This record gives sequence, C-alpha cells and structure tokens, in this order.
Amino acid sequence: MSATIPYEYKYLRSKKRFPHVWCPGCGIGIVMGSIIRAVDTMGWDKDDIVMVSGIGCTSRMPVYVDFNTLHATHGRGLVFGTGVKMANPKLNVMAVMGDGDALAIGGNHIIHAARRNIDITAIIVNNNNYGMTGGQFSPTTPPGARTSTTPYGMIEPAFDVCKLMDGAGASFVARGTVYHVTELDNMILKAFMKKGFSVVEALAPCPTNFGRANRLGGPVEMMQILKDNTINISQLKAMKPGQTDGKIVRGIFVDRDSISYMERYEALCEKAKKAAEAKK
Amino acid sequence: MIVPWGETRLVQGNEAVALGAVAANIGFFAGYPITPSTEIAELLAQYMPLLDKKWIQMEDEIASISALIGGRLAGSKSMTATSGPGFSLMQEGLGYACMTEVPIVVVNVMRGGPSTGLPTQAAQGDVMQARWGAHGDHPVIALAPCNVKECFELTIRAFNLSETFRTPVILLPDEIIGHMRERVVFPLKEDVHVVPMPVPDVPVEWYEHYHESTSNVSPMASFGSGYRYHVTGLLHDKHGFPTRKENEVIAKMERLKHKITRRLDELEDVQMHNVEESPVIIFAYGSVYRSALAAQAILKKKRKTVGIFRPVTLWPFPDRTVKEMLDSKDVILVPELNQGQMIHEVERMTRDSVRVVPLHRIDGYEITPEEIVDAVMEVI
Repeated sequence: MSATIPYEYKYLRSKKRFPHVWCPGCGIGIVMGSIIRAVDTMGWDKDDIVMVSGIGCTSRMPVYVDFNTLHATHGRGLVFGTGVKMANPKLNVMAVMGDGDALAIGGNHIIHAARRNIDITAIIVNNNNYGMTGGQFSPTTPPGARTSTTPYGMIEPAFDVCKLMDGAGASFVARGTVYHVTELDNMILKAFMKKGFSVVEALAPCPTNFGRANRLGGPVEMMQILKDNTINISQLKAMKPGQTDGKIVRGIFVDRDSISYMERYEALCEKAKKAAEAKK
Repeated sequence: MIVPWGETRLVQGNEAVALGAVAANIGFFAGYPITPSTEIAELLAQYMPLLDKKWIQMEDEIASISALIGGRLAGSKSMTATSGPGFSLMQEGLGYACMTEVPIVVVNVMRGGPSTGLPTQAAQGDVMQARWGAHGDHPVIALAPCNVKECFELTIRAFNLSETFRTPVILLPDEIIGHMRERVVFPLKEDVHVVPMPVPDVPVEWYEHYHESTSNVSPMASFGSGYRYHVTGLLHDKHGFPTRKENEVIAKMERLKHKITRRLDELEDVQMHNVEESPVIIFAYGSVYRSALAAQAILKKKRKTVGIFRPVTLWPFPDRTVKEMLDSKDVILVPELNQGQMIHEVERMTRDSVRVVPLHRIDGYEITPEEIVDAVMEVI
C-alpha cells in the first residue's frame, strides 16, 4: 500500500530541512499548515512568494517552506519585506512573526507598515511569551501571568494586537487560534486576497515555557483553553453581559477597501512625470 | 536627464552623491532624515519617481537599512544616506548585509559626535565605527571623498565595488565635503563604468546562493527570478541554511575575510605627493587632505619638503603600501577631525623608530593649512 503524501508537502523543504526546531505541542506548525493551504488556494507560484521573518520561534518558519525565504534581524521582518515589495511589486510578500518580534522590538515597524498600508500580509503567532530565549514576558503576556522574567507576576497591561492594527490603519485585521484551524485557514486566505496591509493574529500555546510557568497543563490542556476561552465574533450578540467576561474574541475585525501603498506610489510616479513634462 | 553628462555645473557634495547614485543606476532608496546628509534623500525623492525608481522614507534608520537589504534581494541596487547617530543604528543591518553578502551602499556624512554631538559641523569620528561598528568579524569597504567631483565618482565606485564584492560599501564624506559647493565637469555617460547586478547563469537546481568560487564571490540571484533560496543572519552553509558544523562555519567565515583580503589590489586607492623624497609625511584623508595639499604648498615656499599620503579607500587599510612607503620615514603627521583614529593604523604599519604625531581638531571646524604648517614646523 503506497502512502498518500499530503499536498502540503510540495510547499515544504521536507527532505532537507526537517525535523523542525519547534517543541512538542507548539502551535507554530499549525499556522504553517494554514499558510500553505491558503497559498495553495491562491494558486501562487512558489517563485513569486517571499516569506520574511524576524527572530524567534515563529521566525524559524521560513527555513521549512519552499518559497523565497528571508530570516531577518529581530523585529525587522516587515521592513525587510517593505524593501522586497517596493523593489519587485509582483512578489507576494508575507511576514511571519511572534508576539515579541512583532510588537516589542518590531512595534514601531508594524504600526508604520499598517499606516502606510504596504501590500504585505503579517501573520503574528501569539503565544504570550518569548519562547526561544526561555519564556520571558512579552507585550502580550496577560497581567498577573508568570514568566521567567515575571517571577512575581506580570504587572504591565498587554497589547490588543487587533485594536492596535485597526487604529494604525491596516486594511484587514483578524484573530484566530490554532485550535480553530479551518477558521484560521480562511482568515489567512482572506488576508492574502486583500490589497494593502493585512494582519492575522493566531493565538497559539507554548506548553514548554508559558504553559509550565503558569501550570496550564500540557499541549492538550492548552488547546482546550483556546477552545474554552475564546468566542467567535458572531456569538457576541447572542451572549448576555457577564457571559463574555474573560473571553477572547475571534473573528475578522477590519475588512476595508483602502488604497494600498504600492498603488499610491505608482500614482506618485505618474504625477511626478506629468509635472516634469508640463515644465518642459 | 537628471545627471548632467558632459556638462559643467556648480554642485554641492551631497547633490553629487545623489547624482552619482542615479548614474550608478540606483533602483531603491530608503532613508530617515538626519543632518548633514538630508539633501541626498531630498534630491533622490525628486529624481527617483521620474525614473520609476522606488524611494521611501522609513520610520527610523534600522528600518531604512533593513528595507535596503530586502530591496537588493528583490533585484534593485539600493542605497541609504545618514550621519553618525543614524549610522550607529544601522550597524545591525550592516552586519546582516555583510553576513548575508547583500550588496548595498551606505552614505555616512560624518558630523561631530559622540551621541547627538555637533549635528551641523564636521568630524571624522566614524572611521573606526565604519570598520568595527557591527559585532563579530566582518569585511568592510569604506571610501572617503575629498571634493565634490569625488562624491559623484566614489558613489558610483561604491555601487560597483558592492556588486563586485557582494558586500556593503560605506561612503564617508565628512560634513565639509557633503556641504561644500564646487565646479564639477561631469564626464560623458559612455566614459563612466557602471557594474551591472551580476546574475547567475546556472540551472536552478545547481544554484548555490554562496557558491565557493575562486574569487570567493558568486553571482546572487534575485527573489522572483526562479532561484528559490534562504537568507539568514545565522551562520549558514553554501545554500544559505543555518549550520553549526565546524567545517561549514569556518569555510563561511574564512571566505568572508578572503573575498576582501585576497583582492586588495582592486580595492586599494591611495594618492601620494612627494612621498618618496620626503622624510616628513602628512597622512590625511577627506577634507583634511585638502588642507594638507595647501599646507604642502605653503611649506614649499618656506623651502621645506613634505610628502602627502592620502588613502581614498579607508577600509581595507592600505597596509602594504603604508609599510612600503612610510616605514622608513622620520616623522608622519596624522591630522584628523577626531581624537586620533586612523593614526593607530599608521602606527600599526610603521616601526617604533618612526615618529607618528597626531594633530586633532574636535570643535567641528576644519583643520586649516596653517595648523598643519605649524605642526610640521614643530616636528622638523
């Protein structure tokens, strides 16, 4: 009996680059699967895809996918990607980042990428801590949570990534989890289809660090938390006050048509050339 | 026509850098405003949309140099312009570009430091930062123009060298050179050599992003050209994937070094005036070289002969030539707009019997010919 090879494999550097670095129970591989399925649905040629990343667990993803891949410096995936997109607008550029990479060291870059509405899809895997360096707190660590650098509990409030990106001007903003995979596939697909800057936040477990530090159990228990502690935006209206307390809302929060940066730049070139022509 | 080929114009140093970039076929500029380099970004913001080239003002200098690297990987010749504080921020990206062998050009119009320092005034305080600013061992090429025409020529050379050696090249005009205006006779377009972006000609399945060729440099494919590869700042193998194997790590690090040190002849660029016959030498670069030339003329009238040694390429330092030409001299005066940086290189390449004498100026003003004359008179 010959085994059927899943179609996802043709997008992976499966023979050379595996096994991957991620821990058992990590959610990043699930996000990688969602990205690949969305890419397949888009029908993009692998030669025309650029995946950029910064530093961290999520940022190791580019090693495993058979695209043009760029593992940049910490927090800078989006700005490397901005250069790639400007130099060759035909390329489909996506940036994969962890919460620390995207929102702490890369925080300035992501708000400006959203403000510019540069044609890039940002996929932020949010596992509430810095996994690669051993579980320090990040800008999305919930108040009170324990990490290796908050031994007495986190005293800083956390970022709401989706509100931040809405306020900064992104065209598309969604939040999913690695438990709700079909929903996540769909969100990433819609983000790819969107002109301008699109953002998908994927909540993911980090059983090795965040889970152990907060006694949240193993991979299965942490998946259960993602299932129990989140609600879809469509469920919100039907719920009574109090029922939503402590729940994280999943769904598409922003989906607006706005002129993307590359469209604006093209128009600028035309305007400049016309003005120069008129001067003659 | 943006570059006034074959014409004579009154041009500012920074303007000549911008024109040189256009002449070298720049495709992408990303920058952040900073005195005294801003004219370069402003002028390119005017020129580049007219040529359908890409220009962007980023949110900071780290973003700027990062975007440059992305831009060159996607197939556009890329440059940024900055000054001391911004140059410090760019060290992260410079190290990344050295490691990943992405050719970019970084212009640092040097102002007084440290920190915010003297934003509108001249210094040569970044020559060592240019060499060792990024962490880890890494190759560096840096060029220092001394007049407006050289701003144009050396910008083109910076692009050419970056493509030839597949490494970042730093242009180091000081503020005096960046803001000076001079008459420039522009060359004819056909007389200017512009190195095109090398492209691989091997089948896709044979492509190695860091191929170990005899020149230690291999043509770099662009994203989207069908050669899919991985780029990382981690130590990597010849395909670009992370490695910790000793033989691969050593091979990469040695090749990074050798691609510069084994081709010094193509990089070395020095100017010498009366060096052979003079026991006293003025070692000067950038704007200070101009004062050295004037000082030499004044001293000649006083019947004192001094030689001038000027490195145009600061890094790699012209070790062999300095050793050969200066090691038997009596005195070498090293005037610099800093508290003594390149003087250590001169000391390194000359024996103890040679008196190497510093002359510093750190108040933001130029070293005058008279100051050099006085210093020479004191030592001879």
